[in-house]
Amino acid sequence: MNLTLKIWRQVSPVKKGKMVSYHVTDVSPDMSFLEMLDVLNEKLILDGDDPIAFDHDCREGICGSCGLMIDGVAHGPEQATVCQLHMRSFSDGDVIDIEPWRSGGFPVVKDLVVDRSAFDRIISAGGYISAPTGTAPEAHATPVPKKDSDAAFDAATCIGCGACVAACPNGSAMLFTAAKVAHLGLLPQGQPERDARVLRMVGQQDAEDFGGCTNIGECSAVCPKGISMETISRLNHDLLGALRAGAVPAS
Amino acid sequence: MRVALHEVCHHRFTWVSRVSWAYRGAVATVTTQQAPRTARKPGKFGNSVVKKAVMAVTGIIMILYLIAHMIGNLHAFQGAEEFNGYSHWIRTIGEPAVPEQTTLWIIRLVLLVSVVAHFWAAISLWRQARRARPVPYVTKKRVQQSFASRTVRWGGLILALFIIWHILDLTFGVVNPAGTDTTPYDRLIASFSNIPITLFYVVSMILLGLHLRHGIFAATQTLGQTNKRRERAVNGIAYVVSALITAGFILVPLSIAFGLID
Repeated sequence: MNLTLKIWRQVSPVKKGKMVSYHVTDVSPDMSFLEMLDVLNEKLILDGDDPIAFDHDCREGICGSCGLMIDGVAHGPEQATVCQLHMRSFSDGDVIDIEPWRSGGFPVVKDLVVDRSAFDRIISAGGYISAPTGTAPEAHATPVPKKDSDAAFDAATCIGCGACVAACPNGSAMLFTAAKVAHLGLLPQGQPERDARVLRMVGQQDAEDFGGCTNIGECSAVCPKGISMETISRLNHDLLGALRAGAVPAS
Repeated sequence: MRVALHEVCHHRFTWVSRVSWAYRGAVATVTTQQAPRTARKPGKFGNSVVKKAVMAVTGIIMILYLIAHMIGNLHAFQGAEEFNGYSHWIRTIGEPAVPEQTTLWIIRLVLLVSVVAHFWAAISLWRQARRARPVPYVTKKRVQQSFASRTVRWGGLILALFIIWHILDLTFGVVNPAGTDTTPYDRLIASFSNIPITLFYVVSMILLGLHLRHGIFAATQTLGQTNKRRERAVNGIAYVVSALITAGFILVPLSIAFGLID
């Protein structure tokens, strides 16, 4: 199949970017979206042009590196990462717009690559537990109810790709932050820092030029791991509980 | 120092997740990281979730008032005497114990504080959302958002203007066709015998319904009371309550406009 791609080209964080049209021919429906971009890049390199920069790593939907806004939807028409999206989801002659995640917290590095280290800073603000290292403790020492373990595991599937921020009309990173808060807050090992964690992580998410959540639900609808809006409710519950318990908000 | 410490680091995240470490080992790249940004405003009310909680609590106060107001309006069906009597009663609640209009002013103050706090939180979150996307998308599609959730901010602004008009019209009578020296019932009939005013009220009440449809769900979520199991029920309640309030408020103006009350 033959496609027209309109791709955001931006030389550097400080330069202004623009959409540039490219034609790709003989695309196999079995190619992944990233393979299709590889084919285009090979052609660009042969022609002596600058190849399109985009993030990718494992290409099996578990690392969270790839992430593109495809035709106005984060990760494109399938609820999966871009590497798991195949060209069979498109048809011959389609015109596809490809943009980077757009967020104050995710400055563009080049073309489709954005700097997601804001997520690292949210994690370092509180996305950890304090546990002694050494030999693994006896597994039955700390019982975890099945329900909590399942919910914590569902939240822990977040790969930090940033699609929630990209899709959110408010540019909020609340689904990401909530997934981490819910993941650790549901487990006994996460209890000692539970109050401080939620306050610090939300404080950092606000400081990173992300917006506030208005419960619209676009984030959950595009999340490749299907993280539920329930986690945000849990974050809100934890935060208000922490303030009631007298915890001091992070500044 | 901080930059030096961060100089050599992974280009992706380093917390423990289900991702196998084997994938990460091969891709160590050198990046420089800026020093972490710190929160803009310290204190409780700089926190976006606290602002949302302020919206939720003040919203609930206003919904409770709206229910009482809507029931009060339905006295119009009992005729002029009943309606004016009801209006008089509001001004004299608890009278032998407290001076006239005490209860009324307490209600007015609580509502004023609620409206101001609701508005402050909304504007503050709106500005934060604008900062959060400095460069807009060339193409952006909606995946699942509802019309109600999308229009909640502009709808709220229109409702704020409506409230100002409504108080000038039916409480003070300054913009009322019947004028200021009239009974509440006179003002009611005068306003809704006028087609443009009636239409403005009906449209505003439909906007109110949309605002509440999203607001009730959002308040429940913000106060941390929703989960997957309750989601359907909470949404159902939001639909029913907002529809009842809208219908209850539209009933009186339409009945007057169609001549059922005169």
